[in-house]
Amino acid sequence: MRNIFYLFKKELRSYFYSPIAYVVLFIFLVITGYFFSAIVTFYSMISFQAMQQPAAAANLNITEGVVNPLFSNMAVIILLMMPILTMRLFSEEKRLGTFELLMTYPIRDIEVVLGKFLACVTVFAIMLALSLVYPILIAWVGRPDIKPFISAYLGIFLMGSAFISLGILISTLTENQIIAAVASFGVLIIFWVIGFSAENTGPTLGSVLRHLSIIEHFQNFAKGIVDTKDLIYYLNFTLFFLFLTLRSLESNKWRG
Amino acid sequence: MIAVENLTKYYGTLPAIQGVSFRVEKGEILGFLGPNGAGKTTTMRILTGFMPATSGTATVAGYDVFKDSLEVRKRIGYLPENVPIYNDMEVSAYLNFVTEVKGVPKKLRKEKIQQVIKNCGLESVSNRMIKNLSKGYRQRVGLAQALVNDPEVLILDEPTMGLDPKQITEIRHLIKELATEKTIILSSHILPEVSMICQRVVIINQGKVVAEDTTENLTSRSQTSRRILLQVDGPSEVVLKILREVNGVNRVQRKDQVTGNIFNYEVEASKDRDVRRDLAHAIVQSGNGLLELRPVEVSLEDVFVKLVTEEEG
Ligand SMILES: Nc1ncnc2c1ncn2[C@@H]1O[C@H](COP(=O)(O)OP(=O)(O)OP(=O)(O)O)[C@@H](O)[C@H]1O
Ligand SMILES: [Mg+2]
Repeated sequence: MRNIFYLFKKELRSYFYSPIAYVVLFIFLVITGYFFSAIVTFYSMISFQAMQQPAAAANLNITEGVVNPLFSNMAVIILLMMPILTMRLFSEEKRLGTFELLMTYPIRDIEVVLGKFLACVTVFAIMLALSLVYPILIAWVGRPDIKPFISAYLGIFLMGSAFISLGILISTLTENQIIAAVASFGVLIIFWVIGFSAENTGPTLGSVLRHLSIIEHFQNFAKGIVDTKDLIYYLNFTLFFLFLTLRSLESNKWRG
Repeated sequence: MIAVENLTKYYGTLPAIQGVSFRVEKGEILGFLGPNGAGKTTTMRILTGFMPATSGTATVAGYDVFKDSLEVRKRIGYLPENVPIYNDMEVSAYLNFVTEVKGVPKKLRKEKIQQVIKNCGLESVSNRMIKNLSKGYRQRVGLAQALVNDPEVLILDEPTMGLDPKQITEIRHLIKELATEKTIILSSHILPEVSMICQRVVIINQGKVVAEDTTENLTSRSQTSRRILLQVDGPSEVVLKILREVNGVNRVQRKDQVTGNIFNYEVEASKDRDVRRDLAHAIVQSGNGLLELRPVEVSLEDVFVKLVTEEEG
């Protein structure tokens, strides 16, 4: 189990040796910062109008007005960025041949996979941690309910981890980082939009499709509701793709 | 220590190695010799557990390389042929990572790393990024990562490729020193290297073992007659006649002219008879000048080329 930590350390170090982690962090903060200011400006404008017409104020709440739009946008940015973080994890090692040497060290495949997964999740967590400045700003200015922020952060963390597990699987399938990124992106989009067609299908198929959709399960989190059904979906999704990653490493050997 | 039996590996429908068998005893250095594409790397990858064989078995220290892969991997140090090491790490940080994943106890790590840095001559670059190293130093780092946990078995795929002559001698020396306590398999297409370092050689061609023996036996086995080179100062017709009359000589050939009356001659004599004394005596008696007399050694190179071409023919 200690090997997981050694691989984690090595992987995290190489994230920050290359410019990728910095670029992704920077762009993420800039874009979320933009969304944040736009959403807050809009929200304060509405609040200001509500002050003049007390009747409208009843509909006003920070969850609907700020948390939900902010985190829905953040989810899209994360969808775009996670494949960039995961693309190199195995593809690069395969292309450089370091994979061969790694596989002949006395470590288990699962330790390699978990070490890499956790390193990537850590970079992602750092991203989210830095974006905390925005809620902190709100908390500093007003006295909002922080519970919806907590649930939204939990949701986005779980969703991002699920994206990462899928990205890792795809990076074991190719030596080419660009292909890994584009393919992960494509598959994630499919999981994202799969619920859209739910309306046009029958009720059973529709609910199955909606259940599979990776964004559908995020809606509750963004509304401040933590439902175990959604938690289980993301955990299952993540474990399933990590399991497939292990299988993929195994079958790599046989393909030679 | 290492036993390979009837190993076969197909890539798709293409056989890379077929029915390869050999053994390496503890403390021995085995040279694995073969032309490009012979299957050296493939065999080594199977031995290190990187990929399974299509059929056949291989054991290292009594453990099956596929079933007990983890036990095998604890005992080997492997240097792949193109030295795949992480570019974005410093040499010492990289070696530290390797000691970690190889399970070297924490309190021994520093010492082991220092020792291997010294043995592989890496003192001057230990704080440099690997991507900035020259080919030769990369190769040394590759060797260092194989050695750093003192494994019982070393598997080195072309360890001296890309080094300058001075480094080659140093690395060969290092390998030879290590051999007293370790079992080593080393692949190469450089024959002098193999004959210099290894006690035993396995020659492989097109996926099949074509010869396996000690270096001495291999060279003497393919020698069917003894050849001697002479340089004589004297009229060549006369010299040829004198040489042919010596007992035991089968064939005499005049080779190139050196100057004026000085020529090189090659004499072929039967293997079981040393005719050098008689040749010298005959020339001197006749009053011609004997300038040089030496046996022509059949090199491993000749054996190699002969075996490989025989196989193809
Ligand atoms: N991954 C692979 N897929 C398909 N064929 C391969 C693969 N690796 C090697 N081969 C083929 O297997 C045969 C043996 O290759 P191998 O690399 O073992 O040779 P080698 O003896 O190490 O050669 P070299 O001296 O050039 O390193 C070659 O014909 C090669 O083309
Ligand atoms: Mg090779």
